[in-house]
Amino acid sequence: MALAVRELELDLDAFEGPFDLLLSLVLREELPLREVDLAEIVVAFVANLADRGELDLDACGEFLVLISALLELKARAMFPEEDAELAELEPEEAAEELARRLAEYRRAKEAARMLRERLDLRRDLFFRLGPAPLAPRPERKLAQQEPEQLAAALRVLATPPPQPSTAHMGLRFPPVAQFLDRWRSLLRRRARFDFDQEVEGLTRVEVAVAFLALLELRKQDEIAIAQASPFAPIRISRVAAERSLSWTVRSA
Amino acid sequence: MDRPLRLIPTEVTPAAELARTLEALLVVASQPLSIAELEAATELDAEQVHDALQLLAERYAEGRCGIVLEHVAGGFAFRASIEASDACARLFEKPVEKGLSQAALETLAIVAYLGPVTRPEIARIRGVNVDGVIAGLVERGLVAEGGRENEFGAVRYRTTPLFERVFGLESLAALPRVDDLGDDVAQIRERLEAVGR
Repeated sequence: MALAVRELELDLDAFEGPFDLLLSLVLREELPLREVDLAEIVVAFVANLADRGELDLDACGEFLVLISALLELKARAMFPEEDAELAELEPEEAAEELARRLAEYRRAKEAARMLRERLDLRRDLFFRLGPAPLAPRPERKLAQQEPEQLAAALRVLATPPPQPSTAHMGLRFPPVAQFLDRWRSLLRRRARFDFDQEVEGLTRVEVAVAFLALLELRKQDEIAIAQASPFAPIRISRVAAERSLSWTVRSA
Repeated sequence: MDRPLRLIPTEVTPAAELARTLEALLVVASQPLSIAELEAATELDAEQVHDALQLLAERYAEGRCGIVLEHVAGGFAFRASIEASDACARLFEKPVEKGLSQAALETLAIVAYLGPVTRPEIARIRGVNVDGVIAGLVERGLVAEGGRENEFGAVRYRTTPLFERVFGLESLAALPRVDDLGDDVAQIRERLEAVGR
């Protein structure tokens, strides 16, 4: 029997019931997606799939579409809107910016039209294409060599090399908690900081884990993350303390 | 009465002799040869190569024989004459430029004029995702990766020598200017305001 993705029973921290209900609650914005752990849904689906012992490709496809839609929604919810910069502008400035972008695109279209004309001019011209079989460069003549020097050089090579270290082979993931502590203590001292500056000198993996820690803090509403444009520096600022205080009071 | 066919006068000047050698090099080459490459192959200096190329340019001007010498993509190359185009078209395809879409041409124009540029930058100008278009242009060999913005940054793209050859450009500097073309910001703004009224 086909696996009904929408009837998949979920037992999460934030929600308990069928997947279908979760979807409609999220879409009606009655359940904040930020509180739903999407990884748990994936685990539940895979477990359900394993219980059945057969691969239902239709169900997998439907599930992939739904879970990726949820992931996109969640990702968007965590970051300010892309066009917020345009929305924040005064109508005058926005019109100016729009006109500038239109003019830029117009130039691109104009350039494309000229390329098309050139191409039409050369439509009837044929030439040979293909890798050129270039001759190898002639070897340089060597100066007179000393056999003794060669022997000395070979002796150095003949000694067994030191055992290579394979320490760098295993990817070592520093715990996210380590960066959570680091960011929290940094935020106690400063209201805002620049992500790129703080992770300077760290390895690629460390930078990735440091970023995961930021997402975690964002998820828990402790910080705000802002980026002016793609690839621009990521700025992190502390969320106002009164807000978290009032929450504590209410829940107490 | 079998006299040899004389393409080159019997009293062979040094330039004419060099012209023969360049001719031979160009007929073997499958991409444009630069002056530097011709110098290296003939072991002569730029001035001599230049003089011989002048001779060849006259001899292989459009309309004189089936082969035409052109200055393209930073070098010199032979191509078929325009009279031979129909016959060529019956035997050969032009896979590089065949069926280039409007989207591909616009993207190509942006890379040619503003390159090296990243995909997000192109997408910003065109207002749509350009991943597929870029992949197509890379496959055709018209565009290639040219470094990164920084260590972790986005890949930058630039046009290739093949692009210059297909479009018949001596170099990217030979592209016509677009700055003075089309409406400027103020004009577009006026039009926007007219629509808003």
